[in-house]
Amino acid sequence: MSAKMKNAGPAAVRPQQKKLAKRIKRFFPVYIMALPGLTYLFINNYMPLPGLALAFKKYSTKKGIWGSPWIGLKNFRYLFRTQDAWIITRNTIGYNLAFIILTVVLAVAVAIILSEMTTKWKKVYQSVILLPHFLSMVIVSYLVYAFLSAEHGYFNCVIFPALGIKEIAWYNEPKYWPFILVFVHIWKGIGYSCIIYLSTILGFDREIYEAAAIDGASKLKQISTITLPLLRPTIIMMVLLAIGRIFYSDFGLFYQVPQRSGILLPVTQTIDTYVYRGLLERNDMPASTAAGVYQSAVGFILVMSANLIVRRIDKDSALF
Amino acid sequence: MRNSKEEKRFQIFGNVVMIIMSFLAVAPLILVAIVSLTDNNTLIVNGYRYIPEKWSLAAYEYIFVKNPQIIKAYAISFELTAVGTACSLFLTTLLAYAISRQGLPGRGLITFLVFFTMLFNGGLVPQYINYVNVFHVKDTFFGLLVPNLMMNAFNVMLMKSYFVSSIPSEILEAAYIDGATETQTLIRVVIPLAKPIIATIGLFAGIAYWNDWTNGYIYLAKNFSLYSIQNLLNRIVQQIQYLTQSSDSNAAALLAELPTVSVRMAMSIAGVFPVLIIYPFVQNNFVKGITLGGVKG
Repeated sequence: MSAKMKNAGPAAVRPQQKKLAKRIKRFFPVYIMALPGLTYLFINNYMPLPGLALAFKKYSTKKGIWGSPWIGLKNFRYLFRTQDAWIITRNTIGYNLAFIILTVVLAVAVAIILSEMTTKWKKVYQSVILLPHFLSMVIVSYLVYAFLSAEHGYFNCVIFPALGIKEIAWYNEPKYWPFILVFVHIWKGIGYSCIIYLSTILGFDREIYEAAAIDGASKLKQISTITLPLLRPTIIMMVLLAIGRIFYSDFGLFYQVPQRSGILLPVTQTIDTYVYRGLLERNDMPASTAAGVYQSAVGFILVMSANLIVRRIDKDSALF
Repeated sequence: MRNSKEEKRFQIFGNVVMIIMSFLAVAPLILVAIVSLTDNNTLIVNGYRYIPEKWSLAAYEYIFVKNPQIIKAYAISFELTAVGTACSLFLTTLLAYAISRQGLPGRGLITFLVFFTMLFNGGLVPQYINYVNVFHVKDTFFGLLVPNLMMNAFNVMLMKSYFVSSIPSEILEAAYIDGATETQTLIRVVIPLAKPIIATIGLFAGIAYWNDWTNGYIYLAKNFSLYSIQNLLNRIVQQIQYLTQSSDSNAAALLAELPTVSVRMAMSIAGVFPVLIIYPFVQNNFVKGITLGGVKG
């Protein structure tokens, strides 16, 4: 608020300054209204920022962040010398790519099906597939466990004996987890993802479809020549925005659903779980902060680039 | 005529796909609900099944009658959700209103300060140090309530865009000319017009608080009496994992003392139950909120 006043500068003419002062006075209560929220953001988001310095320090609990000596990029060199940096980067990006591609394909498909349906059940379908979105990841991990538990799980006790397949110790077998985690992610998120596509499709002019139908275009033809091309900008936006977040992972999914099984770490550890484990389990704050800085910095570049591209294509869809 | 035949086939195909998807969406919840109602010994012998040999309400009896800790955790979840949602709505509405006001000097700067938090953050460790060393939230109710959940930039921007698009600034000007103070304008003019978005944001915040387990996990190190139902569920998984991997000779005995499988499943059903109850009433609002956010984030 004071920045605006400074911008006016010494050269600004008096009446203008007076006007500004009057406006500030008029809006004074509005500034007071903004204050609690801004204070919260200050505490929650801005105050921690200087703590990023920790990534460049040799941390000792006794001396605190500012008393600890600077060690330059040593924490980063340590992080990138180990296998960890490669594994967490690969997993974070790999899973996100799989999520992005499958989510787009499935969410668009479901949205198109729902939009073309005539039954009044479609509202019910939409509500039911959105339901998993409302469950916490802790609960989801219990649901998954009910199916995958080695001794009592539904797969090992009911499905596999019926099919004559040997039992699988799911929580000890890394090779299955990429599929399980992708499935769980899609299962939880598909209802949410298709909402935007569905509302976009419902906004299309129905006359185009009627005209196409009169011209004898089949349903599939209508979908491929009308719906999909019209939906393209939305799809591109959603994908670009998701790519902007590709360095972030759903902590709950990767931490809770595998039930923290150590054997599974090579395929379940992402940057977020690595940072958490560094803080809460390994008690290795500098390495953890270094990984956090790595994530924030690359993440920031990716968000900015994605947004830049979105802006080029469609200004209104850009974040800013 | 070819079209109507094709149309019929498409409708059948659509219904089949959606029925399968709907079934997949709820099947795990149904299994867990049934497991929670199954006799524990039957579970150990037969495994988890959709049609159990022997039903039992023992797990729920254990939760609601025998174990005060679970009731306590449940109460904390409700308390946290109520207080958190109220705080969240208070902060979000006021800030969103401020940055929606045209002609407010410094509006661009304030909006940027809000928006920047969506682009860059310090990450977990600096935030943890800040909350623990400066604000001493460790092992207090504030540890559950304050970090990250109380307000977020996305909700503020969502509400702001609703204010801008749905409440004409002429109305606000008119109120000003009629001599209404800003507070009066907000309470008498803006809030009544903004009920739908307030409901949506309240819902977002409420669900986030009810489902959160991370704050309790990070900030409650010793004070387990503040555990919410999610934290309690989380802790049980943690203990089982720890005990099954440890070589401690007492491990087996300690493991046996933990809640049985049916009790754990009953706890998770209790954890989703309030969500299931309100879901039919709120999901429409939720869909509207997401659509609004998608149009302009």
